[in-house]
Amino acid sequence: MKRYILRRLLHGIVLLSMVATIVFFLGRLTGNPVDLMLPEDAAPEDRVALIKALGLDGPLHEQFFIFATNAFKGDLGMSIRMRQPAVEAFFSRLPNTLAIIPWAILLGTCIGIPLGVVSALNRGNILDRAAGTVGVLGIATPSFWLGILLIFVFSVELGWLPSGRMGGPEHYVLPVITLGTFLVAGFMRLTRSSMLEVMDSEFVKLARIKGLHEGVVIWKHCLRNALIPVLTLWGVFVGNLITGAIVVETVFAWPGVGRLTYEAVIYRDFPLLQAVIILKAILILTINLMVDILYAYVDPRIRLT
Amino acid sequence: MSAAGGVKDETILEVRDLRTHFFLRRGVVKAVDGVSFTLRRGEVLGLVGESGCGKSVTALSLMRLLPKGGARAIGGEVLLDGTDILTLGDSQMREIRGRKISMILQDPQTSLNPVFTVGDQLRESIFRRAGGRTAQIMREAVAALRRVDIAAPEQRIGQYPHQMSGGMKQRVVGAIVMSGEPEVLIADEPTTALDVTIQLQYLKLLQRLQRETGMAILFITHDFGVVARLCDRVAVMYAGRIVECGPVQEVFEHPSHPYTQALIASVPAMTGPIGRLTTIEGQPPSLMDLSAGCRFEPRCRHAEARCREAYPPPVGVGPDHTADCWRLQPA
Repeated sequence: MKRYILRRLLHGIVLLSMVATIVFFLGRLTGNPVDLMLPEDAAPEDRVALIKALGLDGPLHEQFFIFATNAFKGDLGMSIRMRQPAVEAFFSRLPNTLAIIPWAILLGTCIGIPLGVVSALNRGNILDRAAGTVGVLGIATPSFWLGILLIFVFSVELGWLPSGRMGGPEHYVLPVITLGTFLVAGFMRLTRSSMLEVMDSEFVKLARIKGLHEGVVIWKHCLRNALIPVLTLWGVFVGNLITGAIVVETVFAWPGVGRLTYEAVIYRDFPLLQAVIILKAILILTINLMVDILYAYVDPRIRLT
Repeated sequence: MSAAGGVKDETILEVRDLRTHFFLRRGVVKAVDGVSFTLRRGEVLGLVGESGCGKSVTALSLMRLLPKGGARAIGGEVLLDGTDILTLGDSQMREIRGRKISMILQDPQTSLNPVFTVGDQLRESIFRRAGGRTAQIMREAVAALRRVDIAAPEQRIGQYPHQMSGGMKQRVVGAIVMSGEPEVLIADEPTTALDVTIQLQYLKLLQRLQRETGMAILFITHDFGVVARLCDRVAVMYAGRIVECGPVQEVFEHPSHPYTQALIASVPAMTGPIGRLTTIEGQPPSLMDLSAGCRFEPRCRHAEARCREAYPPPVGVGPDHTADCWRLQPA
């Protein structure tokens, strides 16, 4: 187990350096932040001075070398726009994202998984088809569209709920629904197919032969097995949500790391962008490792060596 | 019922004209089409036939665990201790399952739930029968494993199925099923998936458990050798019907139905000169369009006109020995 974790950590470091390299060069392909910072009629001398001050004057490989050395020491630089350390900016926004994610996950898990089980139990009839339709719609609906639709209906037309920004519980409803819809659909579809497969197993037959109650057969013997693939998806979703709620946070003006990423990109805030991406990569790697460890707990056949 | 016959003469399970059909889009598969037999207390009845003849579907019909989607027992009676279980409600049937009638499945590799320890799966069965406190159930679980000859049961009880061999898993299945103390046990080819060396051990174990408990066993197999070793009586099944039934020795020595005769002739002899293996010409009929006549008629050497017209009624050919064949009808 220890060796496994150590090996995963080493893999993680290699992966992180690759991510850092890619995001460094990709950012620089988009242009120069100075153009966005200065007024259009700024004097050329001021331009040069600012470029120098931001450390964007040397050749690209030299810039990269400085970035890499500093990053290795744990210094990811100062945000150009916010004038504070990029790492600090990330961690000041992270709690806002973490405040919303658990609710979306909870919604997806508590509705998606039972719905998948019920759907599998009613295979082929109207209930199953209705759930299937909801599932396809949930997966196929882009979140920017759903978010705007919800704002239009519940904020603009009905005026029941605020359209964005952080605040009291009512501010959470629309973003959580927008994020959760995709999760409900994803969990439901996977749980359904996984349940159908498990319900055909011989061990389920034996559980029935023992004379166990149907509830025990389904919710204990079947579901525990069916949850193994669902758990993988769960890990992927949690990681994606924490780091990737860019669209939803932007639509709802939610001051989380997703919106921070968006801002870093449009303002060409290179140090911030690099920091955000690297920190997100670290988060995803950690979550994946945790899911793998959890996996071994749920499925005793998997031994981490 | 003769007093001298003791418990063996008392019928525990009587199946009358059982019909289980699969209603598919392509048509109706008559997997079991008029099966009748009796199982007496304390006896082992072998149900023999080739794959696809309806043995397993018969077994699942008796457990009322037919696969969902089209399979239904559409006729007949299954009298377990006098009650027709085909007419019971789902919860009444659940009460009976595991306690009065139970079953061992063919493949031990898939019969146990991979994510629970064997102790967990055993305890469910013990708790269902007797209830009780955790410590008591735990002791019983260890005893149940010891009873099926599992070494170091205290350690094994905390293990998962994947940590055991196939033979050991099938023993665990045996322990689970036996801890419900069933009166009737259906064993659906329980040794087919095991190594030949393990098969005999398992058969001996079943035999011992049967003697200890006096339960009745319906032993499904395609292996005549197993029948000879284990069973008191044998029923031979062909294309959804039982064509011959009688005491094992009687059927082996005087097989009366042409199918049984061909089947016994095709068992390779261990002694004597080595020759070509005997086979039965042709293929079993499709269970989707069966003729009104004898199902074996197209492959039968003795087929006549009347065989095509109607299915033959069973004829007594010896003590407790019947066969369904027109040739045996008294003129």
